[in-house]
Formats: sequence, C-alpha cells, structure tokens
Amino acid sequence: MADFNIFNIAGSGMSAESVRLNTVASNLANADSVSGSPNTAYKARYPVFQAIQSSLMSPGAAPDPTQAADAAVQVSGIVQTTAPGTANYQPGNPLADANGYVYSSNVNVVEQMADMISASRSYQNDVQVLETSKSLMLDTLKLGQI
Amino acid sequence: MPLNLNAYLGIEPDALKVYSQRADVLAANLANADTPGYQARDIDFRAALAAAGSPGDPLRPTTTNPGDVTAAATADGSVSTEQFLKYRVPLAPALDGNTVDSQMEESQFAQNTVRYQAALTFLENRFSELTTAITGGQ
Repeated sequence: MADFNIFNIAGSGMSAESVRLNTVASNLANADSVSGSPNTAYKARYPVFQAIQSSLMSPGAAPDPTQAADAAVQVSGIVQTTAPGTANYQPGNPLADANGYVYSSNVNVVEQMADMISASRSYQNDVQVLETSKSLMLDTLKLGQI
Repeated sequence: MPLNLNAYLGIEPDALKVYSQRADVLAANLANADTPGYQARDIDFRAALAAAGSPGDPLRPTTTNPGDVTAAATADGSVSTEQFLKYRVPLAPALDGNTVDSQMEESQFAQNTVRYQAALTFLENRFSELTTAITGGQ
C-alpha cells in the first residue's frame, strides 16, 4: 500500500472483471443468433484469468523479488467453448441450409446470468479495497496535523 | 534529556508498515478471486512485525519457537514481506484450484483496516502529547 501498488492490484482486478462482464454481454446478446452451418454458429466466449506480479505490468520492468507479494490479475486470452449448439428445423429462415436447418449458439443463458453476478460481486470487492485504501492513505497524510 | 523520537513513537510506525504490506497481499487475493489455480496468501504478522521493529525495543515481538521465522532484512535495510508470506488453508477448495474465499478475505481486509486506523490514532495521540509538552499546554 505504501508504494501505491495496491491501486495497481485492485485496478487490474477491476479491468479483468470488466472484460468478463463484456464477454457475458456478448454471449447474452448472441444467445439467439442463428447461423447456416454448425461451424459459423456463435460460440460462448470466456476470459482466462492469470495471476501476474504487479511490478511486471509496466512494459520492460525487471522482476523485483521484494514485490512478489503483489499478485495482480491479467486476462491472458479469450477462449471459445467447443460445445455444439442445437440444430433447429426452420425451412422458412433465409439462413437455413439445404436441409432446412439453422444452427443456434451454444450459450447457456442461466449460466451467463450467474457468471454476470459473480463478476459484478468481484468488481465491487475491488472497488471496496480501492476506496478503503484511499481513505487510509489520506488519513496517513493528515497524521500530526490535528 | 534527549528525546529519541523513534523510541517515543514505539512500535506503531513499524506496525503501520506491516499493516500496509498486509493490505497489499489481501488486495492481491481479492483481485485474483476468479483466477484458476491461484492460492490465497497472508502475512505471518508476528514474524513480519518482529523483523520490522528496531532491535532493543522492549515491545518488539521475539521468536519463541525454533521453527519461527527470524528477521532477515534486504540489502537496503528494508524488510521483504516475501519471506513471511504463508499460503492459506482453504476452507472450501474449488475445482479450479483457487483457494480464495472472498468473504473471508473481505473480513480480514476490514480487520486490517481498523487496526491500521487504530495505529494511526495512537500515533496521532503521541504527536499531540508532544505538542502539549512543547507548548506547555497553551
């Protein structure tokens, strides 16, 4: 906290959770998307979180063993699930293939809603940490001023 | 009678240092609450405070067991928290290997905050005592 590293840590958590909220929004928005072939149908996306030493977040920084306590979080990538979506017989749909099928996304809406709540709670935790640390630092600055 | 300001302020400045380092570790746990495989950590407070305190301080905690971690300052005299980091024993392990319990980390963080504020208040009182002594209570 003394070297303002706590802001980097909580900030990295907030940005990672907001990426997660973004993927949830993308998945929910595309829950009803259909496609003409199973391969091009929308697949649910998930971010992959990874712990990283916060002093390494700035480019070109050298590892500092005294800072190893500060594990920030980074999004190392976005993965698409491979589960197949359902095939629906809709011969009237302009996207239907030769057999009259359209292929829907594999998004599970209920799972996405649960994921959204989990992400927003984690985000709130990070905000709380940030606010508390900020007020502690301000108190420390005012030390001895009566 | 010369006044040694460090001795007068006692253990509180050292305690503040360790509390702020602990806040870092707890913030890291909370930020990684959803990282697969991340294992929650915390500081061994007694050992860290013993290392941060100045030698000869009567209030300085000492090691009582042979297994306790002893002080080892880094080259620049600052104390590294890394050696006092311990992994938490998970209450409810998750399938993805993450051992962060957000609720517990949050409560530990709140506790750490209150202690930090208490140490600040003690320091504040020390300073106002000193001001009273200097001004003669006027």
